Amino acid sequence: MTTEVVDMITVVIDGFEVSVPKGTLVIRAAEQLGIQIPRFCDHPLLDPVGACRQCLVDIEINGRAFPKPQASCTIPVEPGMIVKTQLTSPVADKAQKGVMELLLINHPLDCPVCDKGGECPLQNQAMSNGQGESRFEGTKRTFQKPVNISSQVLLDRERCVLCARCTRFSLQIASDPFITLNERGALQQVGIYENQPFESYFSGNAVQICPVGALTGASYRFRARPFDLVSTPSACEHCASGCDMRTDVRRGKTLRRLAGDDSTVNEEWNCDKGRWAFKYVTAVDRLTSPLVRNANGELVSASWPEALAVAAKGLKASKAAVIVGGRATYEDAYGYSKFARVALGTNDIDFRSRLSSEEEREFLAAHVVGSTTTYLDIDRADHVLLVGFEPEEESPIVFLRLNKQVRKRALKVTAIATKLSIGVEKLKGEFVKTAPGQESAAIAAQSLTAKSVILVGERAAESAGSLSAVAALAASTGAKIAWIPRRAGERGALEAGAIGNLLPGGRPVSDAAARVDIAAVWGTDSLPANLGKSISEIISATNSGEIGALLVGGVDPLDCDNSQAFLAALDRAFVVSLEIAPSYVTQRADVVLPVAAITEKSGSFLNWEGRARSFDAAVSDSLNRSDLRILSMIAEEIGASVNLATVTSAIKEIASLGKWEGARAAFTHVSAQAAPALNADQFVLTSWRRLLDMGTLQAGEENLAGTARKTVTVISPSRAQALGVSDGDLLKISTSLGSVTLNALVEDIHDDAIWAPRNSRGSQLLINLGVAHGAVVTVVKA
Amino acid sequence: MSEQLEPLKKKEISVNDVAFTQMETGDSVGLIGHLKGFWIPFSKMFKKTLTVEYPEVKAPTQERFHGRHQLNRHPDGLEKCIGCELCAWACPADAIYVEGANNTQDNQMSPGERYGKVYQINYLRCVFCGLCIEACPTRALTMTNEYELADDSRAKLIFEKEDLLAPLRQGMLMPPHPMYPGMDDSNYYKGDVKESHPSQDVK
Repeated sequence: MTTEVVDMITVVIDGFEVSVPKGTLVIRAAEQLGIQIPRFCDHPLLDPVGACRQCLVDIEINGRAFPKPQASCTIPVEPGMIVKTQLTSPVADKAQKGVMELLLINHPLDCPVCDKGGECPLQNQAMSNGQGESRFEGTKRTFQKPVNISSQVLLDRERCVLCARCTRFSLQIASDPFITLNERGALQQVGIYENQPFESYFSGNAVQICPVGALTGASYRFRARPFDLVSTPSACEHCASGCDMRTDVRRGKTLRRLAGDDSTVNEEWNCDKGRWAFKYVTAVDRLTSPLVRNANGELVSASWPEALAVAAKGLKASKAAVIVGGRATYEDAYGYSKFARVALGTNDIDFRSRLSSEEEREFLAAHVVGSTTTYLDIDRADHVLLVGFEPEEESPIVFLRLNKQVRKRALKVTAIATKLSIGVEKLKGEFVKTAPGQESAAIAAQSLTAKSVILVGERAAESAGSLSAVAALAASTGAKIAWIPRRAGERGALEAGAIGNLLPGGRPVSDAAARVDIAAVWGTDSLPANLGKSISEIISATNSGEIGALLVGGVDPLDCDNSQAFLAALDRAFVVSLEIAPSYVTQRADVVLPVAAITEKSGSFLNWEGRARSFDAAVSDSLNRSDLRILSMIAEEIGASVNLATVTSAIKEIASLGKWEGARAAFTHVSAQAAPALNADQFVLTSWRRLLDMGTLQAGEENLAGTARKTVTVISPSRAQALGVSDGDLLKISTSLGSVTLNALVEDIHDDAIWAPRNSRGSQLLINLGVAHGAVVTVVKA
Repeated sequence: MSEQLEPLKKKEISVNDVAFTQMETGDSVGLIGHLKGFWIPFSKMFKKTLTVEYPEVKAPTQERFHGRHQLNRHPDGLEKCIGCELCAWACPADAIYVEGANNTQDNQMSPGERYGKVYQINYLRCVFCGLCIEACPTRALTMTNEYELADDSRAKLIFEKEDLLAPLRQGMLMPPHPMYPGMDDSNYYKGDVKESHPSQDVK
């Protein structure tokens, strides 16, 4: 798709000429002139349907007029077209008023109790294009109200104007056709299938685009009016898709979040997690003051100067390392990165508080940092290969983008995975079935072109050789690589150098010129030259006594596969924890410093494209400090200068560093491990996290949790038969550490593999089993 | 047009330019003049007074005087307020704060889906204009004739829902309780509910 020559068509609307590309709808051409034609069903991202008839206008083509007013949302412009809207045509005006009167005949006019009141297109357009009086004297049609069509979406059929936006969104954008229009005539209504609730990961968008109050969110029900809310543009902190968002706050409390409009990233959509999982900020017992462990081993609250002094002393006393979770903002991650080098004099820092490998670290340095693959590359790709990546569960907006291209131009999607997923089925993708740990052979067998894109998930690190195979495939075919982590902060942390082998801007630690670059900007004589330890090396070095102090920010030790060792390391070392709420880390910490949550600070995330998604503090009067500020204060106590008191200063400093133009770090190819020999009751475990699960940031959201997918374990038909198991039977999966018992689902999965959700209710694999992928587990019928 | 719209010139007047006029001090008024002056108060001593001994005596206000607000109840005791916030929206002084909430089966405070969970009027801000009661769609908010709204702290002058709710009258039950059997919210608004039903007394 190079620069296309677009045919322009000139039409006259209300006496004004306007030139628009061929195929533009009349209603959109009118918008170009600033003429607002009232509408309900029309939505720029959905296919035209002409359901509500509110946008009627008079149209004449080359002197021949249509006999009746036409719906301007379904008619594309044509040469010689003369359009008269309600502004110049009394016929169109009367037609619109008539339609409005008809739409309001069965509308309950219960605006005072309706959540949409005050921001309702029906209210607004009834005022601007209605006639004020109704001639209808009969009894209005009534329905039971409201109906829960899922635990988080409520349907009030009386208010519905049958515009079919919700049903079209579900079908065309999300490919979750769980909602439809039933019946005919006055009884036509939106409905769900009897046995299948509206459990879509994208149902919140239907609520947002509903032009009346027919669909409302349970969590915002009766909470506020638009004039109560202070809205702040923000970015989503839940995944690496990088959605533009709007956060609405009333009296210092976030009441709702809406998808923002960014045509290059999330278009106008977001996922339900981004929309509804925000209560964690207020739901959990937030830390309010610094805590310091006293002589009796108890954590007691302390003043900031005291806590900072103890933290500085402890970090200075022995060799220290930094572990920062993938949830930190770009600026905070930069703060941690600089703090490790300048204040602690070490490269021992890692942001990958999850399953990770050395192969991955090298891959990130060689192929990901500074990468410029974007959503546009997905739009233009001839073939998309998914490796260790489940778009619908792990980066929902990437899924929507893929789905759009699949629907529009039958984009070829190939998923290399152990199990066929709902998401890949919806993308009509080719499923290349592999055994867990044996993905690399399947990757190498793929044929791609220079226009193809390989989307690599963070789970690719869990199978040795996968990333090497991806690198080799990209090198031989010229296909683009995009690494899509699950967490919002990981790409930013990578670019900020919060990892042992890289300095900020993708500069290899091993490169002397790169170190000089950074040392000059940071005003230090030199930077540590040895390769830093990875997270698993930091943990084992702490347990062996080599590292005596840890600075931990926003990490859940139970996200790692060596969680027991991690907890032991936290017990052993002097730990400074920067956290918003009590956690496994704060329990074991010697100094706990409370930090600001996302809504309370400004900053930015880099999404998987590396695109900055900046946001301001939504709650402006919070007294909580950002990680960056606290790190600067600890550094000052230590006697080093980090000097990043504000986000602005961090942004300035990052900008002054510039990009690294030198050679990239080397990448050592790794080959796959041999498949283990399995007994009849042994399987290789494979898993991924679902979008809606037991994640920390989803705490306190019962309505959201209600639409999480059912926890099941997936087993292949032939193995199920061998074990005598059918759908719904209980299977017990166990390792030496523990077991989980789940309902079986017989589905398309590799014979060697058994799948379970990684962190869902009843199936928290890393806690229950201690492993999540590639390990041999014993499975028996329970 | 532009010539006509020339800005007014500021008048430069200093203190020294102001003209002073000498007060005329005439001759003494004399005895007759004094008696004339004293006669007026003396004569008033035998007339009916207009002032009252407040607070011992409280004169009634005009019937439609804008005094303290009241949150009314339906005849069975359910609250009329549905927490719609239209009063807060109409208020020019930003004196009203409302939070709505969901009526549930166990906690039915008003007919229908929604009730006002938090209702506050700040009488330090209220200008008694009455736009709020005009905006109220359920006639939940009205104004009484009570005008004694003074107190010794700011906090006491923010009236909560308990302070504003009308007292229970004959036939009313204290909510929460279910709606009148066989009736829905529209019956309440039409005035079909005249009193509480024994089945509504759930306590």
